[in-house]
Amino acid sequence: MNDTIVAVSTALGVGAISIVRLSGEDAISIVNKMFKEKDLTKVKSHTISYGHIYDNDEIIDEVLVSVMKSPKTFTTQDVVEINCHGGIIATNKTLELCLKNGARLAEPGEFTKRAFLNGRIDLVESEAVMDIIESKSEEAHQLGISGLKGNISALIENFRTNLKNLLSSIEVNIDYPEYYDIEVVTIEKLKQELAKMQQDLKELIDLSVSSSHIKNGIKTVIVGKPNVGKSSILNRLLEEEKAIVTDIAGTTRDIVEGEIYLDGLLLNMIDTAGIRNTNDLVEKLGVTKSFQMINEADLVIVVLNSSEPLTKEDEEILEKTKSKPRIIVLNKSDLPKKLVLKNLDNVIETTTLNTKGIEPLKAKIKELFNLEKIKSKDYTYLSNTRQITLAKKAYQNLLDAQKSLLENNPIDMIEIDLKECFDNLGEIIGITYSDEVIDNLFANFCVGK
Amino acid sequence: MNYEIIVVGGGHAGCEAALACARKNHHTLLITANKKNIADMPCNPSIGGPAKGIVVREIDALGGEMGRNADKSALQVKMLNTKKGPAVRALRIQADKITYPKEMLKTLEQEEYLDIKEGMVENLLLKDKTVTGVELADKTKISSSAVILTTGTYLRAMILTGANKTPGGPHGEEDSKFLSNHLKDLGFKILRLKTGTPPRLKKSSIDFSKTSLEPGDKAHLSFSFDNKIYYDIANQVPCHLIYTNQKTHQIIKDHLKESSMYGGYVEGIGPRYCPSIEDKVVRFSDKERHQLFLEPESLYYDDIYLQGFSTSMPHYVQEEMVHSLEGLEHAEILKYAYAIEYDAIDSTQLERTLETKLIKNLYTAGQINGTSGYEEAAGQGLIAGINASLKLEGKEPLILKRNESYIGVLIDDLVTKGVKDPYRLLTSRAEYRLLLRNDNANFRLTDYGYQVGLISPEKYQLFQTKKEQVKKLFNLLKETRITPKKEVNDYLIKINSQSLKDGISLYELLKRPEITINNLEEFISLPFTEDIKEQVEINTKYEGYIKKAMKEASKMLELEEKQIPKNISYENIPNLASEARQKLMEIRPTTIGQASRISGVNPADISILMVYLRRYKND
Repeated sequence: MNDTIVAVSTALGVGAISIVRLSGEDAISIVNKMFKEKDLTKVKSHTISYGHIYDNDEIIDEVLVSVMKSPKTFTTQDVVEINCHGGIIATNKTLELCLKNGARLAEPGEFTKRAFLNGRIDLVESEAVMDIIESKSEEAHQLGISGLKGNISALIENFRTNLKNLLSSIEVNIDYPEYYDIEVVTIEKLKQELAKMQQDLKELIDLSVSSSHIKNGIKTVIVGKPNVGKSSILNRLLEEEKAIVTDIAGTTRDIVEGEIYLDGLLLNMIDTAGIRNTNDLVEKLGVTKSFQMINEADLVIVVLNSSEPLTKEDEEILEKTKSKPRIIVLNKSDLPKKLVLKNLDNVIETTTLNTKGIEPLKAKIKELFNLEKIKSKDYTYLSNTRQITLAKKAYQNLLDAQKSLLENNPIDMIEIDLKECFDNLGEIIGITYSDEVIDNLFANFCVGK
Repeated sequence: MNYEIIVVGGGHAGCEAALACARKNHHTLLITANKKNIADMPCNPSIGGPAKGIVVREIDALGGEMGRNADKSALQVKMLNTKKGPAVRALRIQADKITYPKEMLKTLEQEEYLDIKEGMVENLLLKDKTVTGVELADKTKISSSAVILTTGTYLRAMILTGANKTPGGPHGEEDSKFLSNHLKDLGFKILRLKTGTPPRLKKSSIDFSKTSLEPGDKAHLSFSFDNKIYYDIANQVPCHLIYTNQKTHQIIKDHLKESSMYGGYVEGIGPRYCPSIEDKVVRFSDKERHQLFLEPESLYYDDIYLQGFSTSMPHYVQEEMVHSLEGLEHAEILKYAYAIEYDAIDSTQLERTLETKLIKNLYTAGQINGTSGYEEAAGQGLIAGINASLKLEGKEPLILKRNESYIGVLIDDLVTKGVKDPYRLLTSRAEYRLLLRNDNANFRLTDYGYQVGLISPEKYQLFQTKKEQVKKLFNLLKETRITPKKEVNDYLIKINSQSLKDGISLYELLKRPEITINNLEEFISLPFTEDIKEQVEINTKYEGYIKKAMKEASKMLELEEKQIPKNISYENIPNLASEARQKLMEIRPTTIGQASRISGVNPADISILMVYLRRYKND
């Protein structure tokens, strides 16, 4: 764990200054090889030095270098931070130089992991820190902060309090079966309570998944048969000429990527090779890859030519994408409409002749990812995979409990699912106090000899 | 005098401990203040109930005595929670308070290796932090290789009614005045606990016409897997139900300050699950009434136990309170209710074997460890007896796990979490209660009972046969298939089940919630006893849930396998939360699993601890 890792610790291309951070035994000596104005191995800990990064004699960037020596650093190891001013290219070049001089590219979260393993921060803190570090947009940053402030804990506590009351009511009936004055938790009552809880938890998970899209970006794949205007739509969205756009079918053979921010929502755009039956080997590869991309996507934009009738290839694309979150774009709406679609959701019309023609698509994306809803709700969502996975488990527990209810299982069996749900929710916020239900039971029910 | 093991105290813990040691052929001495009070039931006249009833079955499966003895003294039997699932069913009997101790004493006296002596132990004899015997109040010294303390409520016992404080035990016997000070000097942390008991009433002075009847089950039920019954199914002694009323509550409120509890005369902490009637009235003031049971104590005398009416009011207020109850207007109080305070040791100072961490070969069990209840005491007594014997034999101790038994849950809770108020077992304390059922205690524990030598080879053979029968029935149901013939479907429809479309094994059919194993006899003859059928039925019907519980349990066991070195210094682990560090230093858990159950030790602390241990291992 003492080898030296390096990473760009600010979001690439988002901020004006990028920070290249190193941690490990050789952090100082590695940077020293690239820095000429001062001998960094001799500077005091926790000082900043002004100078330049050199590749041999060529100046790469004008930088400020912070040297922080072990142990009073984030990772407790020697840490060097290079503040680069020269934009993406200079930052990347600096990173490359670090690698060339012996550093290893850090895995995602590896700095935080080192901090955690060295006893610098606890698990919950480390998650919140990760959220803030990883946030690529302002919205994501807000989410991270809200995690630190404990809003998530309060939200989960709500669910747990409900469950706890339900559990204690069931438990008291089990441990004190002859207390006839205590309300017995009936199947009917349980059904109602569970339905409500399930709905609330589902909403939380959905919004959290959306909010995780805020943080990580939405993998958006544009598909369609050749020459329906996929690349034009992408370009309109990107508002720059990144994909090659021609009138010859089959030009886009490679996957082209770009990022767009839609009111703070990050879309990782992926253009695909047009899907058609072809004998061209290269193009065939592209088509296979397009289908693969569909599977991995968070959002699929299916582009159809509204001025032509539906073809077999279109139908194939619609079939392959039917279980994905998708938007069907009837492009070329400026031309006479010849396309007829039956009973499909999320269909919009666009034209790429001007910027305005693409607006319906943007609106639809925002709608699909609950952007308005998320923004209006103060960002109290589960914001990392661990939390969302646990919430999904808890949700599954509720579904199991409901299924068990329908199968007429005894209430103490159903309670097993509910208890698991309670524990999973507790795990989200790092609570393990297992006597909680018992405490609650004796606080609320009058039982005893 | 010289013994291998001395058991101090003849309550439920002491009896089990002494029997276990003697049955394992260790010369054992049971010292009790009064032979008449051996296996006495100073509080409620019942044994079993939710969780507790399962403990009694576990004791029986391990080769202990409580189940058999309770069966011999049953006045009434009842299986509780029959409308709920099999995991929470529990047997409870009303036990005759004369028969139970009498039968237990008989059993003790028959034991070849067991002597009983009356006396009051005031000191432990020690050498190099190892116990070597006891010293009685009359200065007699008796040496032994191990000592098991099961002193119940007798350590500095104090009886309270109103402002009246009398030192002594439940029957006015002398308490042990010096032993708890002696333990304190040895480094034990002493807790002051409190419990209470309701008044006993003269049966003939009660107007039962104003009460409602609570009869027993008209069934053949026993704690012991020997399955013998001693009661007359048709002529069980019933209980009766009554309720408090506004008048009762008013009397209590008017005299509240006169009770020991609210008058500030009590130092001890009372049990939450067993509040006094004044507590109930104060804490649940919105409740219009509280239910009370009239329970028979014995066929040989006239006392009725007023369950739910425990109080520490002065006698004259108790009279008023009792007479305010419907049916008890003219009731004669034979014995007044009282609260009792006593000393207990901090159970986190115990190993999971129930040996104390401070003094080698010294074991403690029962109320001295902060628990309450006859069953909890007996379970601990049995384990302490087994482990003291195993230690003398130089063998590995018996440590029951949380997924194996309620006794395991109980002991793990005691040594890991400690107690603040007297500890009672509840089904909700067991995470894997679906595995810890009333019906399968022998399947869980009889192997252990046999291994430690408390289950005889003959009994063990019977159990083996039973196991084979269960297997046989399982296979039969899996192999036998039925097809959608008309008579099959007609029958299924008749019993409100769905008709078949394809062939199905009887095992699959039994999984349907509405199908019982007896329904299957329509298709095939099942020449098996009821308990075999019950095993197969439960394990088939709830297979999904049982598997789930087993999976959860195996996760826990993985953490249990991660040992924490005995000499670990928590001071050196960076960044443990200070509360966690303090708790870990106090309790010194032996495994990561145990550490994770300590309240105040969070998952983050556990990760830090695990990372530390991994490095520690590497260094």
